[in-house]
Amino acid sequence: MSDAKLKTTPLNHLHRELGATMVAFVDYDMPMQFPLGVLKEHRHTRAKAGLFDVSHMGQVQIYGKDRAKIFETLVPGNIRGLNRGCMRYTQFTNSNGGILDDLIITNAVDHLFVVVNAACKEQDIAIMESAFGEGLKILDNRALLALQGPIAVNVLVNLAPKAANLTFMTGASMDVGGFHCFVTRSGYTGEDGYEISVPAENAECLARELLNYTEVEAIGLGARDSLRLEAGLCLYGQDIDISTSPVEASLLWSIGKHRRKNADFPGASRIQKEIIEGTLRQRVGIKTKGPALARRGCKILDENGNIIGKITSGCFGPSVQSPVAMGYVVREYAAANTVVFLMIRDNLVPANIVKLPFITPGYKR
Amino acid sequence: MFVKYTKDHEWISINNDIGTIGITDHAQKHLGDIVFVELPNLYKIIAKGDEACVIESVKVASEIYAPVSGEIIEINEILGNTPSIINMDPLYEGWIFKIKMSNTEEINTLMDEIAYRNFTS
Repeated sequence: MSDAKLKTTPLNHLHRELGATMVAFVDYDMPMQFPLGVLKEHRHTRAKAGLFDVSHMGQVQIYGKDRAKIFETLVPGNIRGLNRGCMRYTQFTNSNGGILDDLIITNAVDHLFVVVNAACKEQDIAIMESAFGEGLKILDNRALLALQGPIAVNVLVNLAPKAANLTFMTGASMDVGGFHCFVTRSGYTGEDGYEISVPAENAECLARELLNYTEVEAIGLGARDSLRLEAGLCLYGQDIDISTSPVEASLLWSIGKHRRKNADFPGASRIQKEIIEGTLRQRVGIKTKGPALARRGCKILDENGNIIGKITSGCFGPSVQSPVAMGYVVREYAAANTVVFLMIRDNLVPANIVKLPFITPGYKR
Repeated sequence: MFVKYTKDHEWISINNDIGTIGITDHAQKHLGDIVFVELPNLYKIIAKGDEACVIESVKVASEIYAPVSGEIIEINEILGNTPSIINMDPLYEGWIFKIKMSNTEEINTLMDEIAYRNFTS
């Protein structure tokens, strides 16, 4: 069944052994779901701990003098202000202020550790290569495992006692089950948890060791998507892309205060203008009244039937127990509790603009 | 009473001119956890191949087509609150709607169980 053109992660064999339904994601052969199924995988992650293979994502290290300062020429985030071991969410922007990709940068003391999306890996590496040259080290021999959920810490401390010392959005090098890893307390689920960058040759062994704990289940991309959507987190290519600015995407919190003033990053003029004058449209959370699901591309209308926006992500929220969605609406309709209407197939369904996230995050700050 | 199948993975159980329609076990496994069923309108006249209703799993919406022409005379209201019945028992408790056929000849265009088994294997 495997497509010869698809790339595989070091856990491919394990996914198949566990009975995963595999799908092509970007150009990787990835598990969509395991025999547990999306609903149970999702709920298990929120209740206990889920293990995700996110090895398709791009991992790089950046060395060299002024690396934080140079990185600030590529992104609007405050990178120079990043303390040792701390990490930050930011975006590569273009000269029009559009988002080229979103990424996470960790100050790993003698280098920056960067994780980018699989779909944008080549573009991002080219951007960083031209900025850092020899200082860029591509970690294509590493897997990335995410252990997410309220019990993740209890499991991981057995293999890596130092993991308990990390707080949300910090990271450090440490041994995990005897393997040399870079561990961050972060994730894409809205839960407490970790991402573990592990040498490719040790990944399967580590994954098996984690799955040995009865509290840990293997989780596929299906539940990863519903978890991140409930957590109000953007998916690049869906909720944000080259046409959306970080301000429109309601990511202003990720733009450093000094950076807003100095306006010395790609697209700063648009972003500065939007901060002062406001945007035309805004990313918001949307909850339908009733059980009908709004999917990506579904039109959002006002009470007079005028189109005011579009859904960018939508699914059933297994923890919220109702449909959840996000999308963009013209700014006048972006306030929480505003009533809008969704065109779901041929029916107009009333919905509310709601505050994101849909769940209460479990981050350990 | 006998059962026929469509290439879209619906089953239809036929009793005189009344057909009861649902999705096959193969289809429910493929869809995964079903979270919403948009049931068809009662007494709607529908032609063979028309979209009758929509089944949504966490990830994806999938249309259910009428395997035969006729009038929708009954819908499985329980699915409104408990759509997961389709996952648990797709062939019996998870039936979706009943249709009063306007042309029973159309049954002959559908697959029998052996043909459907070959189709999905």
